[in-house]
Amino acid sequence: MELLLPYLIIIAKIVGLTFALGLPLIAYSVYAERRFSAIIQDRVGPNRVGIPLTLFGGKKDIPLAGLLQPLADGLKFILKEDFTPSHVNKFFFWIAPALTMVPALLTLAVIPFGSEFFGEKLVIANVSVGPLMIFAIASLSVYGITFAGWASNNKYSFFGGVRSCAQMISYEIAMGLSIIPVLMVFGELNLYDIVQYQADHGWLLLPLWGDGQSLERWLLLIPLSIAFFIFTISIFAETNRMPFDLPECETELVGGYHTEYSSMKFALFFLGEYAAMIVGSSLIVTLFLGGWSIGFTLDAHVERIFGDFAGLIHLGVFLVKIIAFILFFIMIRWTVPRFRFDQLMRLGWVVFFEAALINIFLAAIIIGAPHMGTAQTIVASIGLIIFTILMIKVAKGLDKAINKPKSLADHLDDPSPSESL
Amino acid sequence: MAKVTKLKRPELNRAEEGYLWSIFKGSLVTLGHALRSVRGKSRGAESLNSSGLGITMQYPEQKWDDHLPEYYRGAPALVTDEQDRERCVSCQLCEFICPPKAIKITPGDIPEDDPWAKVEKRPEEFEIDMIRCIYCGLCEEVCPEQAIYLRKDYAITGTSREEMVHNKKKLYEIGGKRVGLVNKWNDLK
Repeated sequence: MELLLPYLIIIAKIVGLTFALGLPLIAYSVYAERRFSAIIQDRVGPNRVGIPLTLFGGKKDIPLAGLLQPLADGLKFILKEDFTPSHVNKFFFWIAPALTMVPALLTLAVIPFGSEFFGEKLVIANVSVGPLMIFAIASLSVYGITFAGWASNNKYSFFGGVRSCAQMISYEIAMGLSIIPVLMVFGELNLYDIVQYQADHGWLLLPLWGDGQSLERWLLLIPLSIAFFIFTISIFAETNRMPFDLPECETELVGGYHTEYSSMKFALFFLGEYAAMIVGSSLIVTLFLGGWSIGFTLDAHVERIFGDFAGLIHLGVFLVKIIAFILFFIMIRWTVPRFRFDQLMRLGWVVFFEAALINIFLAAIIIGAPHMGTAQTIVASIGLIIFTILMIKVAKGLDKAINKPKSLADHLDDPSPSESL
Repeated sequence: MAKVTKLKRPELNRAEEGYLWSIFKGSLVTLGHALRSVRGKSRGAESLNSSGLGITMQYPEQKWDDHLPEYYRGAPALVTDEQDRERCVSCQLCEFICPPKAIKITPGDIPEDDPWAKVEKRPEEFEIDMIRCIYCGLCEEVCPEQAIYLRKDYAITGTSREEMVHNKKKLYEIGGKRVGLVNKWNDLK
């Protein structure tokens, strides 16, 4: 029994945090998406599904404002015909949906959901390489999408897969670079300790308590805000959310990479996307907005008052933050129209890549300044300025190198129409 | 020769060129819609009988009835006159003109000793098959006694074919009473 206990705890954590918390959260984020989109568009959204007591001989159905819609959707997906077209590559066609869903769920393993609950930290794997593991595994999900597009043997699906591949590669670099200033501040890669640090010393973007009052910390807000900005937009691109949903844009590619998929296989793609969205927003919340901590030095009081149950309070706080972020995702979806593909690539390679690089140096100088002499700081600042100018030059060069498609306005301004024809 | 006018796109100011400000403004529009939608104050919500969420009317709870025009053609029904006499005299004109042959009348004689013997006939049974009816209104048009009218009932439902056939009782129930011109039932004529 003594030997078995750690394993039982691990299994309980996996079942509790992934299956009891993670999967319903995914299902209900689909519901939230439909409902909130509807409200934004002056509609109502799914509001009918309740408990159908009349089916079992009851007098009246219990309406729950559509809260059981995810259950009905799941039932529908299971009962639909699972059709495999004859022209597809069967092996990759079957493995692709799992390859999208599994990495997204795997990354849930290192997310700290709450503080200690009866002495157990509410994180499945308290590893000391948290963000790195998430980057490593989350980028695997591009294989699922690419395989799906390729195995479907259909040109639109193929375009979707190729676009997804290119997009993920371009934004992964900006995402990885943008997070380096954050890690320099923490000096730590363990996500649980990062949150604990923020609970004690102030959230990364809100240093209002602890030792966050110093001038250095306030100056650091500049590179950290830039990092937050780049990281958030890269997460949008990584999860194929709306301004960047070129792999599946309905107007150009029918359905994109999942055109040929039906029933539960399609549902896996669909849920995988939402799972990635949840992992992405929980990563943003964990790194920049204090994870499960309530902040304002209230965490110590919560731990004193609630004792062993403080973990649950923190879990609730974390969920509130994640849900707020998911609603932000949805709001952006209905605000910003989709980019053209060349605009998307330019934004990734020409703007964010360089900005993230400059940002690292800026953060390094601000962190290092107190330890360096005045002369060294000035030299470093001049170096930063030179580096910035260099980077802007490189960006401009890249921008020119990318063949600019001639816009309609250029044609109109052309004095000799025969030449442009 | 068509005149060609070159249109210029509106110039963007500094803030709009930065793109971020435009996104922020756009999100405010989005959020404004969401807030108005939740409060039931979306534009047009009132005139569209909204359910209180957005501008959508949710059908069984809210209905469009007060928006139906006077000339709305709903279910055809028989009417009685002000003395509760059935106006129909079983002339069968409606049965003959009905394009989908939805009306079926079984005429019955009015006996000689009846005070209204001059009316001659009244329907023994009057059936309208609502599955066949196309709501064209020709029966109303053709009726010499103004005994059949298209009312505003539009939700005609049933779980079997038999239920969808309206018999005389049901037709009078829908039709109700109409005051005004009668021919054969008029004392003076």
